[in-house]
Amino acid sequence: MTDILNALVILANFIFVPAMAYGSQLALGALGITMVYSILRFSNFAHGELMSFGAMTTILLTWALQSSGYSLGIFPTALLAIPVSILVTVILAVAIDKSVYQYYRKIRAEPVTLLIVSIGVMFLISGLIRFIIGPKDQVFTDGQRFIMKARAFKKMTGLNEGLAIKMTQGITVVTAFVLVALVFWFLNKTRTGKSMRAYSDNEDLALLSGINPERVVLITWVITAALAAVAGTLYGLDKSYKPFTYLSLLLPIFSAAIVGGVGNPLGAIAGGFVIAFSELTITFAYKKVLTYLLPESMAPDTLMQLLSTDYKIALSFVILVIVLIFKPTGLFSGKTI
Amino acid sequence: MSFLLGANMTGGYGGADILHDCTIGVEKGEIAVVVGPNGAGKSTAMKAIFGMLNIRQGQVTIDGEDITSLKPEERVLKGMGFVPQTNNVFTSMSVEENLEMGAFIRRDDITSTMEQVYDLFPILKEKRKQPAGELSGGQRQQVAVGRALMTQPKVLMLDEPTAGVSPIVMDELFDRIIEVARTGIAILMVEQNAKQALNIADKGYVLVQGENRYTDTGAALIANPEVRRAFLGG
Amino acid sequence: MMDRLMTNRTSILFAVMTALIIFVGFVQSWNVAFTIINLCLISAIMTLGVNIQWGYAGLVNFGLMGFAALGGFAGVLISMPPVPGAWEAGGMGILIGLLVGLGFIIAAVMVWHKTAHLGRLQHWALAAVLVIGFFSFRHIVDPAVAAIESFESAKTGYLGGFGLPIMLSWVIGGVLAAGVAWLIGKISLGLRSDYLAIATLGISEIIIYALKNEEWLSRGVKNVTGLPRPVPYEIDLQETPWLIELTNTWGLSLVDTSSIIVKLCYAVLFTAVLVGIYHLSEIALKSPWGRMMRAIRDNEVSAEAMGKDVKAKHLQVFIIGSAIVGAAGAMLTTLDGQFTPASYQPLRYTFLIWVMVIAGGSGNNAGSVIGGFLIWFFWIEAEPLGLWIIEMLTAGLADDNALKMHLIESAAHTRFMMMGLVLILVLRFSPKGLIPEVKR
Repeated sequence: MTDILNALVILANFIFVPAMAYGSQLALGALGITMVYSILRFSNFAHGELMSFGAMTTILLTWALQSSGYSLGIFPTALLAIPVSILVTVILAVAIDKSVYQYYRKIRAEPVTLLIVSIGVMFLISGLIRFIIGPKDQVFTDGQRFIMKARAFKKMTGLNEGLAIKMTQGITVVTAFVLVALVFWFLNKTRTGKSMRAYSDNEDLALLSGINPERVVLITWVITAALAAVAGTLYGLDKSYKPFTYLSLLLPIFSAAIVGGVGNPLGAIAGGFVIAFSELTITFAYKKVLTYLLPESMAPDTLMQLLSTDYKIALSFVILVIVLIFKPTGLFSGKTI
Repeated sequence: MSFLLGANMTGGYGGADILHDCTIGVEKGEIAVVVGPNGAGKSTAMKAIFGMLNIRQGQVTIDGEDITSLKPEERVLKGMGFVPQTNNVFTSMSVEENLEMGAFIRRDDITSTMEQVYDLFPILKEKRKQPAGELSGGQRQQVAVGRALMTQPKVLMLDEPTAGVSPIVMDELFDRIIEVARTGIAILMVEQNAKQALNIADKGYVLVQGENRYTDTGAALIANPEVRRAFLGG
Repeated sequence: MMDRLMTNRTSILFAVMTALIIFVGFVQSWNVAFTIINLCLISAIMTLGVNIQWGYAGLVNFGLMGFAALGGFAGVLISMPPVPGAWEAGGMGILIGLLVGLGFIIAAVMVWHKTAHLGRLQHWALAAVLVIGFFSFRHIVDPAVAAIESFESAKTGYLGGFGLPIMLSWVIGGVLAAGVAWLIGKISLGLRSDYLAIATLGISEIIIYALKNEEWLSRGVKNVTGLPRPVPYEIDLQETPWLIELTNTWGLSLVDTSSIIVKLCYAVLFTAVLVGIYHLSEIALKSPWGRMMRAIRDNEVSAEAMGKDVKAKHLQVFIIGSAIVGAAGAMLTTLDGQFTPASYQPLRYTFLIWVMVIAGGSGNNAGSVIGGFLIWFFWIEAEPLGLWIIEMLTAGLADDNALKMHLIESAAHTRFMMMGLVLILVLRFSPKGLIPEVKR
């Protein structure tokens, strides 16, 4: 019995907890991609950099707060900085929309043109970020490191294996949950949110109903940028901030959005967790788990790992490719928000 | 002068003119029906009246006020409602949300209007939480008409409301449209099912190649042997 | 008339480009100038590949990095000597493993076709074959991989190559890229354009991950250095009597001159390839094939209605374009003399090439080439240029001013912003690029 419990604790510690946190980060990112896709109708390649920009703003503000002696006690100071960083990111996103994307809506450009334009925006923001904060690693996590320490867990339960939950992981999951609930409430219960869904569903009829497209677009950018700033900050808190990682993060995020069904917010959330859990379960070494579960004579002598952890991110594309081949509309087929 | 009048309209989609000096009008509480062969410019005439294309000559007036230069959204504010032929509901949204979106430009309380729509189309009340995309063709058309009624329009324009529905559903839809007209709303519609539509029409317009060919009461047009032979299949 | 105007514009742009290079030659050094020229040439070849896909056919390929890396890997595979010890340790195991893997894939395909009547069970049968296949494959390959990677791991630790002349890899790199492009195209060409973009970007990342991690094959992040060259080495040149004499009479630096000669040799080879591919591309563009491609691009639906097999044609251009990018990747590795999988970044190897094509003029080969030259030039010279601008702007500040120091340190990153601006501005104000497509 304790063997089974020990095995479960290992799985919780190395798969469930990190996958929940990573899945939340992906879900928030994918939600942003999906929002832009369903309203502006293009795949926004600059979204990763928008997340990075939000994280960078949070870091700069956090440093300022730290040096003037503010802190949040056991919580990271970054939480205090997030609201302002959301504001700054929103301003950037809206400014880019007005100066760059708006023109292409007016001339009714093809989605692929907007996609290439978003590559330009990606270059621009990534240059801006490197110009301001440089290309190097930045650590800005402070406060208490763990909600639950492995040793404390062992003492509490008397098990061999420990379960550790980092503060950043806890914050990530809770924040993501709250934000997602807010977005869903907004889309389903408010007049403006419903008008966004209407616009995404049927542009012409929305225009006939007197829905102002520019207002819909504006609110889309506000939500997207806010989600990006929070997701970027959470990822940076959890894994330390490196400007270049956000470009590679873009791919799992796209995978999450497509796996869930592009344009479907619920799908984006589910897709985030599908990707995160598959990445971790497939690259996890099951040797210890199996040693607990199997009789001694059958204990494995290899790592019992399906794929090396080096392939973690590559896996999300494999899942993406499989979904694209077998069910191009995604698991929760949808088009509109 | 009619309550809603598109007078001497000439124009098209930028290329050659489709409408030539075409005049269509409707009074409050009346049903006016536009019929004619394919490509006669029936839908184009509707779009011209609703401001979805620019006309080179002629004008559109509502209650005597010239609205020729207004955009469609602005015409909605002047009391016009329009039901497109296709893609006329928000398929992913519930029936109730469709009605809410219909009333988007209104800032006042819409519950009583919604009740009126539900009274008119009881089936919608039953299905109000269901996505409109899951409804049958006839029910969808009811949603579409209901959506347009949510702004409490003085004129309701329908572009082939019975396209693709069964004859029984068509009869029911026409009954509903008569009911709407009785509330004092002017109804202007384009129809393929010319005979049935003219049956309920107070006024009928037969268009051919963008011009008025016959204009009379619905009953008179049905009685006219030439119209019968050329346009109503004998 | 239009044609004349176009030709004039092309000549002017090439003249500007030449002037820029000469300027660098005098102001910085001829060594730098030739380094830039060589990379300009390779970039231009890559842009020709992209232009065939995007300009001719409207396909968005964001997997350039993967194809370039495959070409680079071909450089290793062709030119490096085999490592007999590693082959002895695990070569057999790898070969058997690959055969077994192939066998299971064939079995999977057969099972899929034979069990179609089973309905749901069909998926399970397929999954069972694949899972058993995967574990059998790993069971055979894993020990072999471990044996190879531990064989003199500091020096080799991989199987090595074939020990053939490296220029052969320019062809083989293209072939390798073409093969992978065929596979990717089969999977993803039916998708909408933005799905294709994302899928290709994802697959190119997978290729890089594989090259980084399969050490037995590519030495992974341990890199392969010292690839043999198709041109003389500087050290040898410096001992050649005629060169020593020449530099003495003209008062030149022997080291610099030898290095310039080496670069010149590369430049000649690259130019030959560029000119060859350019002419073939032009012939293709003007041929009925090229006309049909453009017809498909401009109106896919009507082309399909006219009985053109759009998907097959798209697969063709996808393979051809990717092969060209692969060849350019092999040339790049040849020039570098080393293969470093970790250096492949999508910004540099995929998106920068796209900036070149868009800025130069999609659909126009001369435009793509000039785009490749100009954008590469500014990508390299952005740093000194940015530094110069920043020094001008901050001239009023003291040298130890924190802001000034930070800005000067960040000057290198202006290149990203510059590329972003170029792309955005070109798309906005001159969406057809510097040399627009010629309407035929």
